[in-house]
Amino acid sequence: MPTESDPLGELGLHTGAVELADGEIPAIRFENVVKQYGSNTVLDGLNFTVRKGDRVTLIGPSGSGKTTILRLVMTLEDSTDGYIFIDGQPLTHIEKDGRRIVLKDKYRFEMRKRIGMVFQQFNLFPNMTVLENIIEAPVHVLGHSKADAITRAHELLEQVGLPDKAKAHPTSLSGGQQQRVAIARCLAMDPEIMLLDEVTSALDPEVVGEVLGILRNIAATTDVTMLIVTHEMQFARDVSNRVLMFDAGRIVEEGSPAEIFDNPQEERTQAFLSAVS
Amino acid sequence: MIDDSLWNWKHVWAALPDMLVAFVKVTLLVTFAGSLIAAVLGLVIALIRRSSPKPISAIVTFVMNFVRMTPLVVQLLFVYYAVPSLPGLAVGIIVFGVHYATFMAEVYRAGIESVPKGQWEATTALSMSPARTWIAVIIPQAVRATVPALGNYVISMFKETPFLVTIAVIDMVGAAQKYGGVHFRFTEVFVSAGILFLIASYPTSVLIGRLEKRLAY
Repeated sequence: MPTESDPLGELGLHTGAVELADGEIPAIRFENVVKQYGSNTVLDGLNFTVRKGDRVTLIGPSGSGKTTILRLVMTLEDSTDGYIFIDGQPLTHIEKDGRRIVLKDKYRFEMRKRIGMVFQQFNLFPNMTVLENIIEAPVHVLGHSKADAITRAHELLEQVGLPDKAKAHPTSLSGGQQQRVAIARCLAMDPEIMLLDEVTSALDPEVVGEVLGILRNIAATTDVTMLIVTHEMQFARDVSNRVLMFDAGRIVEEGSPAEIFDNPQEERTQAFLSAVS
Repeated sequence: MIDDSLWNWKHVWAALPDMLVAFVKVTLLVTFAGSLIAAVLGLVIALIRRSSPKPISAIVTFVMNFVRMTPLVVQLLFVYYAVPSLPGLAVGIIVFGVHYATFMAEVYRAGIESVPKGQWEATTALSMSPARTWIAVIIPQAVRATVPALGNYVISMFKETPFLVTIAVIDMVGAAQKYGGVHFRFTEVFVSAGILFLIASYPTSVLIGRLEKRLAY
């Protein structure tokens, strides 16, 4: 609908909405989410929905707000306005009597446990061994027994192809190995939602494949919801079932990987894809 | 007969036993106990300044700067005369500990700030509690970064122990002075005291170097 700020009625055309089955509760829902850094508006009234088990890739030029979305879901930062829901429950703020109210730390803590994140820079704890990195949160946050956590950690290390690195220190590992440990550490928490923030951007080209292979395997063997920010278009194509193209904090275009990569409709999407490929 | 020689080994050997006893009982004791207090209290100060509400951290900061900006000797004398019930040695340990804690707090602050932001974000992503974040992740990394600077403060504390003489605690240098006063021979005893400090400081710095290596990962 045309408005004063949007004379052609184009903005909000792609709202990130998905058709939900009756009574289906989405894994993630953004409602009019605004994020500002000072006077710089990164997200401007963003709406989108991610269904449970979806693998959604966010693409777009840097500064378009993709990473900010992951950081908001992980509660690394707070939104300026709007509401985020995880599995139907508010994440950080609720609306009460027309006012936006911050939820208590204790509640946020419980919500946060359901979400895991893998970072561009791995962010392993260098003062701990690989094993200690992986069991730290299962033992001290989830309250698992140390023996159980260690057993699970060894399984995960097997899964990411590093069965013999349990006692190693992160600094003695290559970037690709560190990122694989970080993936294992994230999985050890059994997250419902996994956030992948440019997980291969800091890696040497020859090890990108091994990390992506592990993520493909996780995508194929679990039903964890994934929200992915990546510049690896082939990976996005392989793993995700939905792609959202962002520009300036708005969704410009969305669709299946085939729709977006093979037949982009929007000029900005076309320009972006030809620039990165 | 007057001994007007420049150097007489007899006085070195005569003064040394008392000096060594004082070295162990006072100099080392005050250095170790004072360092322990400084290291722990310094960390507490750094944590309070970082994580408490404004008014509390402002008060702590004020007291800290006050202690940092007044001379150690003034503090020794003040506490010694203000709290007469405390024995001199205890005054020494407490004043050295608190005085150096204020310096070590600044070192810890820098160490805490040197922990990359990504480490904090990882603890959030793993839902770690604030207490666990500090104990398991931030403090171990911050302390590692601060070992060299903390070690330097331990050595300078060690070298300032002779100030204890001002509150009538006889440390090694005090023992040397005492001997010198009685026999009117100062050269031998003070040179010996200097050499003892040198001999003791060197292993300390080697030890700190080793500790640094052990904490490296």
